[in-house]
Amino acid sequence: MTTPRVAAAGASVLALLTATACGGGGGGAAADEDMHVWMYQDTLVVVQEAAVERFNEESDVQAVIDEVPGDNYEERLRTAMGSSEQPDVFFNWGAGSIQPYVEQDMLMPLDDLLAEDTELADAFIPSILEAGEVDGVQYGIPLRGTQPVILFYNEAVFEDVGVEPPQTWEDILDLVDAFDEAGVTPFALAGADPWTEQMWLQYLVDRIGGPEVFQRIHEGDMEGWRDPAVLEAAETVRDLVERGAFGDAYASVSYTEGGASTLLSEGRAAMHLMGSWEYSTHLDQDRDFAEDDLGYTVFPPVPGGEGDPANVVGNPTNFFSVTADTAHPDQAQEFLRYTSQEEYVADMVANGEVPTTTNAEEAVADSPNPEFATFQYEMVRDAPHFQLSWDQALPPETATPMVTEIESLFNGQSTPEQFVDALAAL
Amino acid sequence: MRALPQNRPARSGSAPAAPAPSSPRRARSVRQVGRPGGAWALPALLYFGMFAALPMVLVAYLSLTSWGGLGSPRFVGLENWSRLAGDPVMHNAVWLSLVLTVLNWIVQTPIALLLGVWAAGPQRNRAVLSAIFFLPLLLSSAAIAIIWRAMLDPNFGPLAWLGPRLGLGSVDVLGGSTSAFAAIVFVTAWQFIPLHMLLYQGGARQIPASLYEAARIDGAGMLSSFWHITLPQLRHTITTSSVLMVVGSLTYFDTVLILTGGGPGTDTTIVPFLMYRAGFRSWELGYASAIAFTLVVVATVIALLLVRFTGFGTMRSTREGM
Repeated sequence: MTTPRVAAAGASVLALLTATACGGGGGGAAADEDMHVWMYQDTLVVVQEAAVERFNEESDVQAVIDEVPGDNYEERLRTAMGSSEQPDVFFNWGAGSIQPYVEQDMLMPLDDLLAEDTELADAFIPSILEAGEVDGVQYGIPLRGTQPVILFYNEAVFEDVGVEPPQTWEDILDLVDAFDEAGVTPFALAGADPWTEQMWLQYLVDRIGGPEVFQRIHEGDMEGWRDPAVLEAAETVRDLVERGAFGDAYASVSYTEGGASTLLSEGRAAMHLMGSWEYSTHLDQDRDFAEDDLGYTVFPPVPGGEGDPANVVGNPTNFFSVTADTAHPDQAQEFLRYTSQEEYVADMVANGEVPTTTNAEEAVADSPNPEFATFQYEMVRDAPHFQLSWDQALPPETATPMVTEIESLFNGQSTPEQFVDALAAL
Repeated sequence: MRALPQNRPARSGSAPAAPAPSSPRRARSVRQVGRPGGAWALPALLYFGMFAALPMVLVAYLSLTSWGGLGSPRFVGLENWSRLAGDPVMHNAVWLSLVLTVLNWIVQTPIALLLGVWAAGPQRNRAVLSAIFFLPLLLSSAAIAIIWRAMLDPNFGPLAWLGPRLGLGSVDVLGGSTSAFAAIVFVTAWQFIPLHMLLYQGGARQIPASLYEAARIDGAGMLSSFWHITLPQLRHTITTSSVLMVVGSLTYFDTVLILTGGGPGTDTTIVPFLMYRAGFRSWELGYASAIAFTLVVVATVIALLLVRFTGFGTMRSTREGM
């Protein structure tokens, strides 16, 4: 009587085991059915979501977007890339950010795709497309708008205090005093996310010494940090901090949690040096402010500086790369073509982005804020040099301690001289 | 291990002196009562081996390599170790970890001890208040760190309102070197005092009431009862709690990550956080492994020393002769 039961139980256990074994072995196969596209989580992902929807209508393989929280994006990506859970297509910053993967032959070269589809190759501004190359081989296709760092300001606050946006360095110093007196923090600064402080240093070094200064460091010569331009930039930062340009409570303000942007939109800070995505952030969080009171201008020249005041720092754009081991190489390449499609470009524009496609100049006319979009487009188009964010350009083992040193400089924990010494020792 | 021979009492030193078997039935029962064979330890041993010993061996090996998480590790000998010895950030991290450990002990032990002893008593409002004090135990470290981060926010937290009213201006607790470190000590205490309070409450409940009665008859007051009875009787609890606290402080990580991110600068970068930074920000997993291995060795040595010098290992009863 019990025997059949035992046998049945045994059989079901066996079946279960085989099923799990199948699941284990076929885990890859199950995942392979979908094409996983990793995206940095922010308000702009809607553009890629729409593209995936269009792609899925045409394709037999379904694309899925995996949104990864921004704070940990690079960490999660790197871990996944080292395991069997690699994405098929993923968001990145091009250049240094994908170099480690290229060194391990983990990415699919896209030269053939561009050679074969010249329409795609010609769709993007060449200098921007170039930032998706590593050692002369194309590994990334632009997926976002361009992201120059812009000096944003709150027009209402400027009106209240009765001052004009800065055009020279002297203006900046005068404004710091004027806002200080008015009880407004001159510049919002998210000191808990030191990459925002890095933007200041990038612009200052470029304005003072030109792009060659960082170029030398980028090529691996850490003595390049001893360039007088770096020291002068660090001293300028020191000077700004001491003048109270960032108020006295910036060290623990976070950008990713919205702290600095809220200070600007609430009028508690007058200006904010930030990437162009700041506009989309405000559009998402406080539409009225973004449309009525958000002003913008370029970073002013520094007296005696050698750098061209038209130079820009920031992220030329973000890129999609394809992993070499993807189960869907053809579909992945097909998906990349979607980034130059009209609908895609239109979606970007509608979300306040400035596309990096050659036809963007006309497209931005449909932007929710054509004036801002045109300003941004021309700023990038006319820039003799577009410096990629230092922490993306340098390998992580140098970038991580560098960013900490920048934080220490802004917090007054190290002097400009100590700052230079620490960086040169990296 | 061999099974115990039949018809013979267990010979193991600590086995109860079983009566000599007089019948087969009796013998069987002795075999059942005797010490279980080594096979019984196998699951736990396997578990420990897989998830503690093996990873530790792997970490030791990784510390001799250069590895970025992709491809295969490259053997570099003692390069990571010599770098570790000369790294000023590591030196600072070791110092901060030690300071944090000592401060945590100094802050948490007296409060937890007093609260625990109080909670063991018969007061009327005790149960309700104890339940409230235990609340932090129910929250995850991450939730606690996020709550306190919001509380200490210089622009949008309660301090932004309170600061100017107290004439302090903007109070940026997490932005200052000393205050950020103090915040970590405070939040850790807020989170862990309930656990240690629970330990002390349990310990204090075990103390026989007769001791206090005898003391009262001899004319001892509350203070001297506490000093001469409660404290000595809680000796082992203090050791247990201290070992937990010290080892916990040395390996503490999540609050630092969320509350301060090791900042400002490297002023709250304690050893476990530095390990994380080296491993998952800089992607120098070899170097991070060297830090991790150092941490394991140091924490083990400190725990062993504590156990040795407090006589915890011998575990003599606190109630001998009663």
